Amino acid sequence: MSYLIEANGLTKQYDRKKPPALNALTLTIPGGRIIGLLGPNGSGKTTLIKLINGLLVPTSGTITVNGQAPGTASKAVISYLPERTCLQSSMKVQELVNFFADFYADFSKEKAYHMLASLHIDPTSRLKTLSKGTREKVQLILVMSRNAQLYILDEPIAGVDPAARDYILKTIIANYNENATLLISTHLISDIENILDDVIFIRDGSVLLYAPAERIREEKGKSLDAYFREVFTC
Amino acid sequence: MAWKLDSDRPLYSQLLEQIQMQIVSGKYPPGSKLPSVRELAAEAGVNPNTMQKAFAELEREHLIQTQRTAGRFVTEDVLLIRQVRHSLAKEQLTVFFQKMQRLGYQTNDILSLLKTGYEEE
Repeated sequence: MSYLIEANGLTKQYDRKKPPALNALTLTIPGGRIIGLLGPNGSGKTTLIKLINGLLVPTSGTITVNGQAPGTASKAVISYLPERTCLQSSMKVQELVNFFADFYADFSKEKAYHMLASLHIDPTSRLKTLSKGTREKVQLILVMSRNAQLYILDEPIAGVDPAARDYILKTIIANYNENATLLISTHLISDIENILDDVIFIRDGSVLLYAPAERIREEKGKSLDAYFREVFTC
Repeated sequence: MAWKLDSDRPLYSQLLEQIQMQIVSGKYPPGSKLPSVRELAAEAGVNPNTMQKAFAELEREHLIQTQRTAGRFVTEDVLLIRQVRHSLAKEQLTVFFQKMQRLGYQTNDILSLLKTGYEEE
């Protein structure tokens, strides 16, 4: 069986005098899973995500998506929500929808407008006139309106109110293609833990644990949130 | 329906219990069609694979049946549903008796208390 993502001895060192952000990380991720990428601040989550997206080049080791090094082909099948917004804030929401539709062949305008309407976001407003939470919603809607193989969401719901969080999670469950994989990095574990198939705990740039969420609940008798707090006690 | 899930326990067994309850209580009557896995998963805010696992277990217990193109249906076997209801009731009784014994009651006390206490209500 071939994996969607394969990382082998993946290392990224930003500064030679300091320990690497990712340290010989080895990992395989199949299709059709919802996976939580969890770890304390500075553990290497975003570095891993940027390497998968081809935004960084590994210092050593390899990373492949669909068997190939990140590049044009992988970017066409990955829908990525970066931790910081990359959208032009002077654009109107509807212009952004058109922009994404032009950019990505797998983008569905219909899905995007449907979600915008459900969250009461006016497509004619300019991004910069919206609140932080609403801007995050717009960005998430754009990312989830693609029919991608891999969705990578880096801190997707931090600024969003709890009711909208529920709606967004439900929308993700109802819409994502069942062969697609969702990789979600977040600190808000309790909000998303019920939708996860698997969890990856990452510490000091290496994988500490990669297990099915249900198995952790069964074996530890704890929620993922409680188990995370136990493992990463300060 | 409102799903109540406790993140400390495996979700699949909780989903299983709650769907059983829906069937036993008649919310999903014998022979009725069930919503799709996706719909129920979205409603409960859980992963579709987890809901699927609960459905597979219900199917193994013959409480629901899959018809290839038409979807999933509650069994028409009323006797089976009654049996499941009975075993759920027994589970509840066991829990109840354990709690009462922890409060220091003997079986006889519990029975008489049950009778008088229930009449007072």
